[in-house]
Amino acid sequence: MQFGIFTVGDLTEDPTTGRTPSEHERIKNTVAIARKAEEVGLDVFATGEHHNPPFVPSAPTTTLAYIAAQTSTLLLSTSTTLITTTDPVRIAEDYATLQHLSDGRLDLMMGRGNTGPVYPWFGKDIRDGIPLAIESYHLLHRLWREEVVNWEGRYRTPLQGFTATPRPLDDVPPFVWHGSIRSPEIAEQAAYYGDGFFSNHIFWPASHTRQMVDLYRRRFEHYGHGSADQAIVGLGGQVFMRPHSQDAIREFRPYFDNAPVYGHGPSLEEFTSQTPLTVGSPQQVIEKTLGFRDYVGDYQRQLFLIDHAGLPLKTVLEQLDILGEEVVPVLRREFAALKPAHVPEAPSHASLLGLSRQVVTA
Amino acid sequence: MTRTVAVLTAGLSQPSSTRLLADQLAAAADRALRLHGERVQVEVVELRDLAHALTDNLLTGFPSGGLAEAVETVRRADALIAVTPIFTASYSGLFKTFFDVLEDGMLEGKPVLIAATAGTARHSLALEYAVRPLFAHLRARVVPTAVFAASEDFAGSAPDGSLSARVERAARELADALQSDGRLGSRTAGAVDHFADPTPFEELLRG
Repeated sequence: MQFGIFTVGDLTEDPTTGRTPSEHERIKNTVAIARKAEEVGLDVFATGEHHNPPFVPSAPTTTLAYIAAQTSTLLLSTSTTLITTTDPVRIAEDYATLQHLSDGRLDLMMGRGNTGPVYPWFGKDIRDGIPLAIESYHLLHRLWREEVVNWEGRYRTPLQGFTATPRPLDDVPPFVWHGSIRSPEIAEQAAYYGDGFFSNHIFWPASHTRQMVDLYRRRFEHYGHGSADQAIVGLGGQVFMRPHSQDAIREFRPYFDNAPVYGHGPSLEEFTSQTPLTVGSPQQVIEKTLGFRDYVGDYQRQLFLIDHAGLPLKTVLEQLDILGEEVVPVLRREFAALKPAHVPEAPSHASLLGLSRQVVTA
Repeated sequence: MTRTVAVLTAGLSQPSSTRLLADQLAAAADRALRLHGERVQVEVVELRDLAHALTDNLLTGFPSGGLAEAVETVRRADALIAVTPIFTASYSGLFKTFFDVLEDGMLEGKPVLIAATAGTARHSLALEYAVRPLFAHLRARVVPTAVFAASEDFAGSAPDGSLSARVERAARELADALQSDGRLGSRTAGAVDHFADPTPFEELLRG
């Protein structure tokens, strides 16, 4: 099982100091956080993509390439890549390049983003969100698998005899996850291709996640990629830890109360009981995270959100230390002990390369 | 068979005249349905108790605890009696917020009786220009008689006939609406369950 972190890349005022980091600081901090993730033994770093303030990550491949150059084992991913408003030709080229530069330490997650107004900025219409995600990904899927593509669709100019360059590393396209909170079409899409399905999970009650993962698993089996329990599932999580849970609650509360998205709404106590958010001791995080398996089954990837709502870099790095030293080693052991042998790990470049060689030699 | 009638009331004071009117309507609906040989189960939702949860729902996008139960009560009910106080010439914000957080299609085809209270009869048309269009938008089946009660109705001094006669008429209409066709309530009407029955991907791909 893979463990890692995902970032939204928000520029938020620290409510305890009134200080907002500059864009420069936030971008450099993102790199520091990713490096630290590798240093403490995590597997994955994923960045969101946003094209409006108060967010900085509008150019995820630039940031991820920079991180790739400074790390050696960390798997780089996205959370999410805007398949709706980004030209699939550019996604094919940008991420294939990143795949080469990182020696295959790359996968990505397709999503539709959290910002309605982004669509017209890129010449699209939000009412086409789902059809765009479906058509654009279908083209991307072909661009990475077919040397020469002739294509015509509703949302992009046609392609005649087009070859996306560079070709994927070792002719193995990056593994793709599809992220969605409540759209059954996206679970269906992930199942159809045999791709991974990632449930953001955080900020929402478990019932949303269960419903989507159930559908994805059922349809994964329907489309012949394996049994439902072999489908590739990822989950988000949101944690804040201190050795004593009361300290964690006291320290995190002002960030919670003023956070974008859910701030000024439910209390921290209500939100922790209603959603995956865990504020407490490392042991509490371990217990709550192990509990996710009860409603999604054995899953392959767990990403934590730890750097939002204005938390200072120093605190985020401390959170990473706790994750790496006290939480993830236990979770690895416990999840591994529970997982049946026929449930696969998340695909990696090496495992996909192995599969494609088997196909060639068979 | 047993019919479930959800009674949604948005009164704020206790006791509230909105709740009193809701109770009168519920009792009348119970009588009218029993005349049709139905058993009736009335389930009351007091929105005042859910005021915080409704605000949270606006911010988080999902209903918590008691609100989730209230939404389920309304979803499962065969009919709905919805009663709001008139504030500033319209339904109250609390009343509207409940309908703002419901999922699309939840009230489609559901028989609904609308009612309102206010300090003065000059607000009586708010039911027709504000509350009825709200339920038209939600594609509910609103019965013709909307019941408005002002202070003078509770005092028994209204010049234009008794409140109880209007209550009885509206309740009969609600009972009749429940009897009128095979698609009773919203249990069979409304949206397809896209999780139980997803659109196959080939179809999505064809656009």
